[in-house]
Amino acid sequence: MYPFTITKSANIGEAIRAVTDTSHFIGGGTNIIDLMKMNIEKPTLLIDINSIELNKIEMLPNGNIMVGAMVSNSDLAYDNIIVKNYPLLSQALLSGASPQLRNMASVGGNLLQRTRCPYFFDTATPCNKRVPDSGCSAIKGYNRMNAILGTSSQCIATHPSDMCVALSALDAVIHVQGMQGKRTISFEAFYTLPGNTPAIENTLRHGELITHVEIPAQPFASNSCYVKVRDRQSYEFAVVSAAIALDKNGESIKQVRIALGGVGTKPWRASKAEQFLTGKNYSKQIISKAAEIALQDATTFAYNAFKPALAKRTIIKAFQNITG
Amino acid sequence: MTDNIVGKPIDRKDGPLKVTGSATYAGEFKIKNIAYGVTVQSTITKGSIKNIDTSFAEALKGVIGVMTYKNALKLYPFAGSISGGGKFAEKELLPLQSEKVFYNGQHIAVVIAETFEIAVYAAALIKVVYQEDKAIYKLSQPEALKYTPDVAAEAATVPKQRGNATKVMGNAATKIEETYTTPVYHHNPIEPHTTAAEWKGDELTVHDATQNVFGAQALIASMLGISKDKVRIIAPFIGGGFGSKGFMWANSILAPMAAKLFNRPVRIVLDRTGQMFTCAGRRSVTIQKIGMGTDAAGKFTAIKHYIISETSFVDEFIENACGATKILYATDNLEIVQKLVRLNKGTPCPTRAPGEAPGTYALEVALDELAYKLNIDPLQLRLINYAEKNPQDGNEWSGKNLRECYTKGAASIDWSARNKMPGVTMEGDSLVGYGMATATYPANRSKATVGMKLYQNGKVTAACGTQDIGTGTYTVMAQIMADSLGLPIEKVEIKLGDTIYPQGPGSGGSQTMATTGPAVRAAALTLKNKAISLAVTDKRSPLFGKTSDEISVDNGRLFLNTNPGKGETYTQLLTRNKQTMLETEITTEVSTRAGAKPAEKKPEDKKANSKNESIGNTFVKNDEEQDRKNISFHSFGAHFVKVLVDPITCMVKVDKVVCVMDVGKILNSKTAASQIMGGAVWGIGMALMEGSEYDPNTGRIVTRDLSEYLVPVHADMPDFDIQFIDKPDLNISPVGAKGAGEIGITGITAAIANAVFHATGKRVRDLPITPDKLL
Repeated sequence: MYPFTITKSANIGEAIRAVTDTSHFIGGGTNIIDLMKMNIEKPTLLIDINSIELNKIEMLPNGNIMVGAMVSNSDLAYDNIIVKNYPLLSQALLSGASPQLRNMASVGGNLLQRTRCPYFFDTATPCNKRVPDSGCSAIKGYNRMNAILGTSSQCIATHPSDMCVALSALDAVIHVQGMQGKRTISFEAFYTLPGNTPAIENTLRHGELITHVEIPAQPFASNSCYVKVRDRQSYEFAVVSAAIALDKNGESIKQVRIALGGVGTKPWRASKAEQFLTGKNYSKQIISKAAEIALQDATTFAYNAFKPALAKRTIIKAFQNITG
Repeated sequence: MTDNIVGKPIDRKDGPLKVTGSATYAGEFKIKNIAYGVTVQSTITKGSIKNIDTSFAEALKGVIGVMTYKNALKLYPFAGSISGGGKFAEKELLPLQSEKVFYNGQHIAVVIAETFEIAVYAAALIKVVYQEDKAIYKLSQPEALKYTPDVAAEAATVPKQRGNATKVMGNAATKIEETYTTPVYHHNPIEPHTTAAEWKGDELTVHDATQNVFGAQALIASMLGISKDKVRIIAPFIGGGFGSKGFMWANSILAPMAAKLFNRPVRIVLDRTGQMFTCAGRRSVTIQKIGMGTDAAGKFTAIKHYIISETSFVDEFIENACGATKILYATDNLEIVQKLVRLNKGTPCPTRAPGEAPGTYALEVALDELAYKLNIDPLQLRLINYAEKNPQDGNEWSGKNLRECYTKGAASIDWSARNKMPGVTMEGDSLVGYGMATATYPANRSKATVGMKLYQNGKVTAACGTQDIGTGTYTVMAQIMADSLGLPIEKVEIKLGDTIYPQGPGSGGSQTMATTGPAVRAAALTLKNKAISLAVTDKRSPLFGKTSDEISVDNGRLFLNTNPGKGETYTQLLTRNKQTMLETEITTEVSTRAGAKPAEKKPEDKKANSKNESIGNTFVKNDEEQDRKNISFHSFGAHFVKVLVDPITCMVKVDKVVCVMDVGKILNSKTAASQIMGGAVWGIGMALMEGSEYDPNTGRIVTRDLSEYLVPVHADMPDFDIQFIDKPDLNISPVGAKGAGEIGITGITAAIANAVFHATGKRVRDLPITPDKLL
């Protein structure tokens, strides 16, 4: 770990004014501290935002849910409204990490967690995400856990979050505040593909603080679930995962949401599959076809050729879970 | 009479110390003026260091210095292993002696600083320029040459061939031939490898995380070219070893070297992000081809077992996966071929049930495959081929109640009620499958010396330089002592893990209790007899004039069997006789290893005679002089497993595990069950998730921390049902106990793999069985 100083901010203004070129906000610290210990992140200043009042979950008059960025993953997962109206989100949160980590980890921090690509974590190996233009060790390396969607010749690292897969399906909106003021970013516009700049992962500007995550009211989201396939029963990142929500009128599919984890370089929304399903009559065959569409653009690598097949099954399993 | 405490599920004596954090592990001793050492490791796989720039690190405030091959103490070369059991893992690579790099992750420097944080930061500032050479790091490289090792370790009395397997296999009514592979496994003990070294003049004290204090003492002294009696190794608590702390690794000598160089006590702790996965051993990959032939009734006519495993360029270690194959089933024709490949990796080392764990996986899955092919129940096939005697040499077993293990296990899981057809039975949304396998492990016993003192206040201490590596040695030794001396266990204190104590065995090969138990018993009975002798010859004693067999001891009181009211306590007896204590030191020397020669007695050895009371001591003599020549010492058991498999996502959950073990007398049913359960948990890891991966282009480890290397977590735990036959094996010792530390991991992996086959109809022969392999 490189030397650093730490400062505590009492409010948002103080926090964003404390920003320097080499500062980093710290919330629960469940990711940044590991990255600092491994000399991957080397901030000279940590701005502690734990004292800022961003820990409420509120329903707005329009029915949307406003979640403070410092709400813990556990508190969000067990919130009554989330459990009842957004089971996919509660299930996604509870499938991640361990109770201890979920108690510490914040919602804002979860949005910004870094990839678990093992080469990103090993400073002795080239990694374009960690050191731009140093090369990608994963493309021809051990890449079982790496992405098959949204990859580039520079990076095939997955976004590791479970929560974000659910938020992607829910079209969440991210509220940020910086020295230039407040703004909102749609979930789809928040994450960027690696392309030629894998070190850049989102459209947050340096010094901007995530203050809230807004979840739109959408009654059909109560008919939803999150299915995670992994190599052990708990405390492990997804090999593949799927968050789905389904709105049927009789057998006709009115609305559907499908997002995937463990396969994309960002939380992966399967929009083409959703479009395909919308208006069709629900059947196992049609879901199977939609799953095909969701994975049709996949590019696999030496150790993860199985992922499209497993991802399709995971989508099918998720629909089976909510339709019986 | 107080009930015997041997066998009872009493809590660990050291449990409160451990849960309150007051048990001192190697890195936790308060040492004045301690400096912190952090090692730097090579990032190339083969070559040499052209330049190592330590100037940025040395310029940091708080850095005491950096030790590299340029300034490190020159060590004395030595044979690699030391009589008495110590083995340095890499005899051709004493650390920091040259610029050469043999593997990725080799220690190339140690930064010494005033704080751990400064040392870690400084280590990141060291710049190395390498000359890189072509490395051999995977078995598939054409340069990775297979060779037949000189199996010196294996006694010549244990042949690898019986009859003519190849010829007989050709005529077999039914046969199978399949190849099974297991990946690299890392031990991951909860305590990382740690060494703290302090010199006082020419005397060295080392707090070391070791499974063998006397081995470490001999090795460190030998490398430093000093006398053993100048080196003291202390290891009262070890946070698991699983074999990784059985061999000595570089950290154990680097700390004394740095302490000497910088004239400061130095502590080195290996980290979990790379170091514990490169410099602390591993279980080798195995590629195992098994051939089996039977007659029409399913009786073996031939078994073949070909094994390839890896070793390093700096030492040789064989993952001896054929051990169980040689002895487990009766067959007249057997062929074993074992090949090694040298790779630019650290040296593999023993890992819980070395050889037997991957060996029984391949053997017992092959048996399952054969059973389906023969359409014979897998359990029945094992009974058909039951070995009544050791098929290797015709010897009687020291004790074998394997049929009873099978019967009890089968009943506990309702084996006969399952639908035998694979891949068709559902339970809720899951496919359900049942599998079983046999467990076996050698019943080892070796030499131990125990010093024991019975004090006037009625307390007793025993000291032995063996180790409690988390298995319960402190507790079980105390139980044996309490019963043998007729004392409550609260009066018993055990001292372990220090070379100032009489020499005990290394904690490996499941031998600690089987070895120290009889020595503890002999010493305790000797002290009890001394006390009785004192009483019956003391005119003031109520027991005066009686004979020793008329007297018993219970709860610290000696009394007449026929009139329990007549007697006195140890305290009364010793106080009256103005004796502060009674004392003894006993050595028991029995080796149960196949081919081992009986211990030579040296009654002329006056030095030994003066303190060592084993000579002429009935409690030892009868044990040592028992004829064990025609007995094979093994433990046996059976695992029965139920798994649930999601038919869509192919995730496997082990639902129930029944282990029925025949490991002789159970000394503590709680710690023994914990050992078996721990072994079975390891088996779940091996079967379903564990495996280290190396970069295919560089040979550098990729799964370098516990986020990437998966071990089972609580959610993976099945319902465990652990049972023991609990019949004393008096051939191994008067205590009747055989080891329990390793047998639990044998067979279990196969039982799980067999259950997954039964659930899904898919046979995965390449561990671990992850969901992708079942699609």
